[in-house]
Amino acid sequence: MLDDFLLRAGLAALGTAAAAGLLGCFVVWRRMAYFGDATAHAAILGVAVALAFGISVFAGVALVALAMAIVIIIFSERRYAPDTLLGVLAHGALALGLVAVSLIPGARINLEAYLFGDVLTVSRLDLAIIWGGAALVALVLWWHWSALLTATLNPDLAQSAGISPRREQMILTLLLAAVVAVSLKVVGALLITAMLIIPAATARHFARTPEAMAGFSVLFGAVAAIGGLLAAMRLDTPVGPSIVCVAAGLFTGASVLMALRARIAA
Amino acid sequence: MSLIEARGIDVRQGRQRVLHGVSLRLDAGEIVTLVGPNGSGKTTLLRVLIGAIRPDGGSVTRAQGLRIGYVPQKLHIDPTMPMTVRRFLDLPARVSNAAARTALAQAGLSDVSSRQMADLSGGQFQRVLLARAILSRPQLLILDEATQGLDQPGSAAFYRQIEHLRAELGCAVLMVSHELHVVMSASDRVICLNGHVCCEGTPEVVSAAPAYRELFGTGTGGALALYRHDHDHGAEHDDHHHHHPAHEDAR
Repeated sequence: MLDDFLLRAGLAALGTAAAAGLLGCFVVWRRMAYFGDATAHAAILGVAVALAFGISVFAGVALVALAMAIVIIIFSERRYAPDTLLGVLAHGALALGLVAVSLIPGARINLEAYLFGDVLTVSRLDLAIIWGGAALVALVLWWHWSALLTATLNPDLAQSAGISPRREQMILTLLLAAVVAVSLKVVGALLITAMLIIPAATARHFARTPEAMAGFSVLFGAVAAIGGLLAAMRLDTPVGPSIVCVAAGLFTGASVLMALRARIAA
Repeated sequence: MSLIEARGIDVRQGRQRVLHGVSLRLDAGEIVTLVGPNGSGKTTLLRVLIGAIRPDGGSVTRAQGLRIGYVPQKLHIDPTMPMTVRRFLDLPARVSNAAARTALAQAGLSDVSSRQMADLSGGQFQRVLLARAILSRPQLLILDEATQGLDQPGSAAFYRQIEHLRAELGCAVLMVSHELHVVMSASDRVICLNGHVCCEGTPEVVSAAPAYRELFGTGTGGALALYRHDHDHGAEHDDHHHHHPAHEDAR
């Protein structure tokens, strides 16, 4: 069991799709795509930190992604134009990470694996961490669902009901860091945001409630994960980008379908 | 025992003093209206009361376990979030179908449960916000410019609904409005705010007060009388249209 590298890769991709699909809905609703991008790009810096201090890559990435997210929150409260701020931080963090990785003595790392993912080399321990992270994300979201939804809709509405919008934002930030750490091995730092945004955006077409959207989002993420993995095996293409291609294909298909349906109905 | 009491509230934003030395108390079951020109700190004061802003000076005391129903000035639901009316009423806590139906009826709506929030008209949307706010069985209902975007007959009907609700639920109501003439006749007490409390009292007292007239001029006196007439004899919307042909153009 789990000896087959393909089976491990498939399970890792599914775990990532589940975590990213759920959290991705909040990223879409709160318009945090660039926030997600900046946090994910900081992952490379996390890899460098992990290598430099000899700690687990998951831990290094999660810590640096979290630190990055907190920096963004602090700066965004100081009246910078959000897109400018995120542009500076996202690319600054990526560049710093790339430089830092090259400075670590003796470390011959395959940078491509961290940028675009390397799911075929997933170990059993990696798999356990990915599914543990995904379970944590799902559990926290389930526990806080109503409060998170209310705070996302309107902070004052939440406040008047005794929910702290700031606390809910911090929870989402922590979860985002966890998803970045979990997804790095599967799709890589550059494509993590795609797994957050695309399945959720596809799900929007079919959902009438936030819960239904979350369900469809996980479903589309899972289809993309398995479809992308199989396509990569057949076509001998990199797995991470292949998964994102399938996800984007599903989004395009759903959009066209909905446009046609609207035309027929009209 | 009052429901909520603010003492000497100071709020600064940057160098500007938005509120200074504002004191306010609300007792069970009374309707209090906050009036004031744009930028007078009305919304800021409401946000201090619900706890969204920590004042730079002064204190807010709430009755233990005070339940607040809040209707924000504007609720933007991002188009990426699907949301039926029924699901919205479940925020932040799930309610039974029967309770949801009752709340919609109390807010003056027929059954719109299965509609998407995005598909509602402005008036329906505000009433759904009101229905959600009363589902928590609030002791205090706070409304911030709840009739924005409604035409005059629409907002008059909305405020009548508020009076009915107060009678039905026994909750206190604190509301902010620009539409002095419409709102004031429904209030037990009016507080005129312009960074500080200019004057305060029954609608008759406030509309005659020099500080109020300085802020709003004397022109609203006639409108107040007009609305009172309407209020006493029920809704005569056609009459309103007659006086305000501009509303016809707007549709």
